[in-house]
Amino acid sequence: VNLPVHSPLHTPRHSSEPVSTRTPRKQRKPRKQIGPIWGPGLLLVSPSLILIGIFVYGFLGWNVRVSFSNWRGLTPSYDWVGLDNYTSLWHDERFRGDVRNLIVFTTVFVTGALVLGFFMAMLLDKGVRGEGFFRGVYLFPMAISFIATAIVWRWLMDNGSGQDTAGLNKLFAAVGLDFLRSDWHKSNSMWAIAAVALPAGWALSGYVMALFLAGMRGVNETLRESARLDGASETQIFWHVVRPHLRPVTFSALLIMVHISLKTFDLLYALDQGNLRIDTPSLYMWFTTFDGGFYDRGATIATVLLLGVALVVGPYVWFTLRTERR
Amino acid sequence: VWKGRLTILSLVLVSVLAALSMCNIRGASNDQLEVYSWWTGPGEEEGLAAMAKSFESANPGVRFVNAAVSGGAGSNAKAILASRLLANDPPDSYQRHAGLELLDDVRSGKVHDISDLYQQQGWVKVFPKGLLQNLTIDGKLYAVPVNIHRANLMFFNPRTLKELGIAAPPKTWSEFLAQAATIKSKGKVALAVGPEWTQKHLLETVLLGELGADKYEQLFAGQIGWLSPDVTAALDVYAKVLAVSDVKSAAGDWQPQVDRVASGSAVYAVMGDWASSYLESSKKLQWRDGYDVVASPGTDGVYDFLSDSFTLPTGARRPDLSRKWLIECGSAEGQNLFNPLKGSIPARTDADAALYQGYLGWALQQWRDPKTRIVGSLTHGVVANNAYNAEIDSALGLFVQSGDQGKFAKTAEQQFRETQ
Repeated sequence: VNLPVHSPLHTPRHSSEPVSTRTPRKQRKPRKQIGPIWGPGLLLVSPSLILIGIFVYGFLGWNVRVSFSNWRGLTPSYDWVGLDNYTSLWHDERFRGDVRNLIVFTTVFVTGALVLGFFMAMLLDKGVRGEGFFRGVYLFPMAISFIATAIVWRWLMDNGSGQDTAGLNKLFAAVGLDFLRSDWHKSNSMWAIAAVALPAGWALSGYVMALFLAGMRGVNETLRESARLDGASETQIFWHVVRPHLRPVTFSALLIMVHISLKTFDLLYALDQGNLRIDTPSLYMWFTTFDGGFYDRGATIATVLLLGVALVVGPYVWFTLRTERR
Repeated sequence: VWKGRLTILSLVLVSVLAALSMCNIRGASNDQLEVYSWWTGPGEEEGLAAMAKSFESANPGVRFVNAAVSGGAGSNAKAILASRLLANDPPDSYQRHAGLELLDDVRSGKVHDISDLYQQQGWVKVFPKGLLQNLTIDGKLYAVPVNIHRANLMFFNPRTLKELGIAAPPKTWSEFLAQAATIKSKGKVALAVGPEWTQKHLLETVLLGELGADKYEQLFAGQIGWLSPDVTAALDVYAKVLAVSDVKSAAGDWQPQVDRVASGSAVYAVMGDWASSYLESSKKLQWRDGYDVVASPGTDGVYDFLSDSFTLPTGARRPDLSRKWLIECGSAEGQNLFNPLKGSIPARTDADAALYQGYLGWALQQWRDPKTRIVGSLTHGVVANNAYNAEIDSALGLFVQSGDQGKFAKTAEQQFRETQ
């Protein structure tokens, strides 16, 4: 077969001729662009866009619609009742207690997990023998499901007395720290739910540690070096060089923890079912919807929770968009 | 390039396989029966398997598909079932507690009336009248009870009583409170309780003991109010009983609750008779020796029952097979296969008594006694519909927390009106 001389596959070149500036690749005709420039990109993400559109935003909208209805039991009803469900929720004693519990829990758990995670990351960053081992040890609880965590901690936080003393209280008694004995999440106090921050923090502070550790490792070594050359002490380096770099990490960690905290369900569900001292809106939503068939009230609680999470995540999204644009 | 193609190819393969497996579940063949239950615990799982085997051998060519969902004493199963019923994708038969737990299903047209099956199989003659009354909704029958559990029981360890010098378990709640004072002075807990639902279970037995069977039924039928003097007095007793219990350090579940009785740190526990099979099989205790049980105070001669029953859902793929399954559930053979394994008694009064020994023999004898008064359980869905029951849960939780008894009665009264 005779190939035509002008075949783009082979361009004869002689040493006397100047080297062609065009590479053979560039000689290829570019593919013809069909449709707008963003077309293929849109096509590529459209399956997930459609799925998210239906299964996240579509159902969100449906849920909001149900919260304005009087749907109870197995017969769906979409009769418009306005804000009735919201006002009765406002007067619902159980829901009010739930909101208070959730605020207490979020405050204690998020603060605890951040402080503990930060502290652990700092220690690891200082350089410990067997760092990988410790990293694994601290991260591992996160791999355990919250249900299993709750069942272990249900025993650890048992508040039986006398012959029935068990778990942490028994440990305290054995080492002579009786004064630390606590009723944990069964305490007769509005702070009872703060005890649940123990298992929650146990499970997630390792994750916060990993976030902070990554942040600390991300600080350029040359910055530290130059600070050292300028005679800064390690504490000063930490405060003036490392800390400002950790601001975005802290912000992300805070938001992740807060939204996990707002949605905590399985841990509380398995820890002590029906104990209203550790009841939260998400638990009430589940029980009222699936035990009682109050779909209207359940959807209302879900909508209120959604607004709560949106209040937290919204500023975060706004903040990241702004920084990325910069 | 070939690597990318391979990836795409494998992705396609995976999705096809995933779709295939989904077809396998959904595109059910025509000769199978999907039975939905929460029977996954020890004993009950084997019992269901025995019934399934018997059903398959009686109906050759039909495959029994066990769609049991575990966890939460049925609460997980109920949540998933609700979404299937709402999507009009019911199993061929599903489990519910007998009684008003089924009311919503009936009113929403999710189950078929099977009164004719009762006539055809002669079940109206073999089930006790009190049971049939509690099964009837709006004059019709919708579910076939397989087993019977008793809720109004008080467990104790005979050795603990001897140790404390208590001659016999209390006959009334006031006698119990008197004993409780002695027990407390000797450093033991008079009554062990567990999570919220066990406290509700206790409330139900106190109401039954203090009001008597008639007034108990009237209370849940709305004929007497929660604010009436009798009920107020009964709630007073409940508050006092709770005060001498270990509610402040309540066990996390019902097993550790009865464990406290078995180990002797607590003297009594009110629990249903599933505790009996737990104590016998897991704790290796003998009835009347390692543990003993009497009717809860003031309820001698009253059988506060709950029952697992099966239904004929609207839109079942093969209603004829579903009916055959219900016949298996209601038959003496099926009930005798299931109950000895689960540790419950058959709903039928004509089942072979020799199969039920120990505690179960005692229970069966009482169940069959025509003089026994049968009432339905509140906590286990017989005398209250789901909405009312869930609202009582909330109100009781607040009551246990705050001790505001008047508010509890008022809320219960109001919720009864709102959830009918």
